[in-house]
Parts: sequence; structure tokens; C-alpha cells
Amino acid sequence: MRKKNLIFALLIIVSVGFIVLGIVNGGALDVLAKAVRICSECIGIG
Amino acid sequence: MDRTVKKPLTRRLIQLYSALLYNAHLKGFTEGKIYTGNIKSVCVPGLNCYSCPGAIAACPLGSLQNAVSASADRPAFYIVGILLLFALLLGRVVCGFLCPFGLIQELLHKIPTKKLKKSKLTRKLSYTKYAILAVFVFLIPAYFAFRRLPLPGFCKYICPAGTLEGAVLLMLHPNNGDLRAMAGSLFVWKFAVLIAMLVACVFIFRAFCRFVCPLGALYGLMSRLALIGVKVDKGNCTDCGACVRVCGMDIASVGDHECVHCGDCIDICPTKAITFSAGKIVLRGSAIKERGHLNEKQ
Repeated sequence: MRKKNLIFALLIIVSVGFIVLGIVNGGALDVLAKAVRICSECIGIG
Repeated sequence: MDRTVKKPLTRRLIQLYSALLYNAHLKGFTEGKIYTGNIKSVCVPGLNCYSCPGAIAACPLGSLQNAVSASADRPAFYIVGILLLFALLLGRVVCGFLCPFGLIQELLHKIPTKKLKKSKLTRKLSYTKYAILAVFVFLIPAYFAFRRLPLPGFCKYICPAGTLEGAVLLMLHPNNGDLRAMAGSLFVWKFAVLIAMLVACVFIFRAFCRFVCPLGALYGLMSRLALIGVKVDKGNCTDCGACVRVCGMDIASVGDHECVHCGDCIDICPTKAITFSAGKIVLRGSAIKERGHLNEKQ
């Protein structure tokens, strides 16, 4: 159980770290850029 | 005549509220346009097309495919971090409580018809979604990423949520004649997939979730670690199998990768060994705590 908690805590830290890295490297802006335009693939025209 | 009104399940209300929250840009439905605010850089946990006129945030699966498509230029840290966080905190609770397409499927299944029961075959078919995850979400976008051609395979060829929430809702609006004019054979294919999925859901409980959804597959991979969800107290469990029998999903045991943590098994359990918990905090169910701590069965 302790091992599972440790893995859980480490993965939480990794996930938050990835989100921060993603904001820094422009990944969040990529998501925004895609989401604010009509996704032609999603609606079946592209 | 019995006039008692059946109280809606708490889960159903949460599903409904989350669907409304994901699609809170109501003006989009009347104007036939999508929301373009900065909140769209954040992903919702459930499958909800960002081209839905009401969507106020991004679809995690669409964003993942686009990040894989752009991975030759930029590592996909952001979306991987977000998905990992959702998976660790909620796991497939997202499927059971926070997915608008899951709600649509469950409502369709309420249409009174003969239903296809789960079997060994459906259990085997439930692994199809892992193949779809690998091929359409990772391999196809990654292959085309190195050719500098962004191709979100699942969105483009399969996603019925995108067709329903994005295409149909946008194209129905009188102002979007240009979109209707652009619809060709790809749209016909996607529309056929949508109809097939919706019809399947009438006869098969959560057909899309069980056999197709790569987002559920992704969350399922982390189900053993997820903080919130149904848990089984091994000390009280008698292995009677009542929980597995009552479940509509293709589970082998409560809380496994197929479990959407709906909690329908909690009241069925004769020894009250199942609870809905967040860590050690019991949110629903009445585990007999004197006999030991709550443990996940798997």
C-alpha cells in the first residue's frame, strides 16, 4: 500500500511537472489554437 | 395508477450538470459559432468535441492526437500531463460521471427493446478500444507527423461525438451553409459511424465506451492507481459474484480497467463490501470497517 501511495505521489508530481513544461514549451497554446477553430477533421470535412 | 415520481440518480444529475458545464456557451447554439475564449486551452476530462457550438474547453482526445501530430516539433508534455492527472485523480470515474457521450449512450439504452447481454465475446471485443487507441490516436498521427501532415486519425475517421456535437449541431444552423456545402464522402462515412453507434447503444449497454472509446481505454490503463472510485473491502468480500453479474460493463472484477465506477454494485453487495471512496474517505456505501482497511480488489 505504501509503495502504491509512493508511485501515486510520484506520478502526480510528474503530471504537474509535465503540465508546467507544456505551458512553457507552448503546448497549451497549441491546444488553444486548435480548439478555437472549427475542427474540420472532427466534423468530417477535412 | 402509480403517480410516484422516480428520483433521479445523483450520478445522472452529475452527468447532466457536467454535460451542461462542458457546453455552457449557449450563445454558440443560437449563433452557430464555436467559443473562442482562452479557457479553451484547458481540457475537460470527458469526451466532448471542441467544435461543439457550446464547448467552453478542449477535448482531451482531440488535443492528444494533435499533440502527437505536432510531436516532431514539440514534445506533447502539456496534454500528457493533463491526461495523467485526470487518470490519477479520477480514472474511469470520468466515464461513469463526467462524459456527455456516456450520458447519451445510457439514455439511449433506456429505450425499451431487447438487449444484448454481456458475454465472453463482448469481453473479448472490449479490447478493441486498446487497438483503436494504439492505431488511431498514436500510430496514425505519429506516422503523418514525420511527413508534416497533421492527421488526428480517431477524430477524422471514427469519433461519433465529434460528428454529433460538432458536425450535426453546426451544420443544422442556417448560417452554416458553407459547412454543409463542404460535406462529402468523409462526412457520409462519419455520419454512418455515428448512426451505427447510436443504434448499437439502444441494444448494447454503452457500446461505444466498451468497444471503441480510446479515452476510456487510456483512463482504464491507470485504473489501479486512481484516487477516486469503487473499492472492494477484501475482508468482507465473499466472491459471490453478484457485483459482476449486475454490472453492464465487461468487468472481470469491480474496479478493474473496464469498470466505469457507476456504483450500481454497491447496493447489490450482500456483505456491503463495496464502497465509493476517495482515498480513505468513503463517499457512498457502508463498509464494515472493523474488519480492516479498504483495499482495492485488484
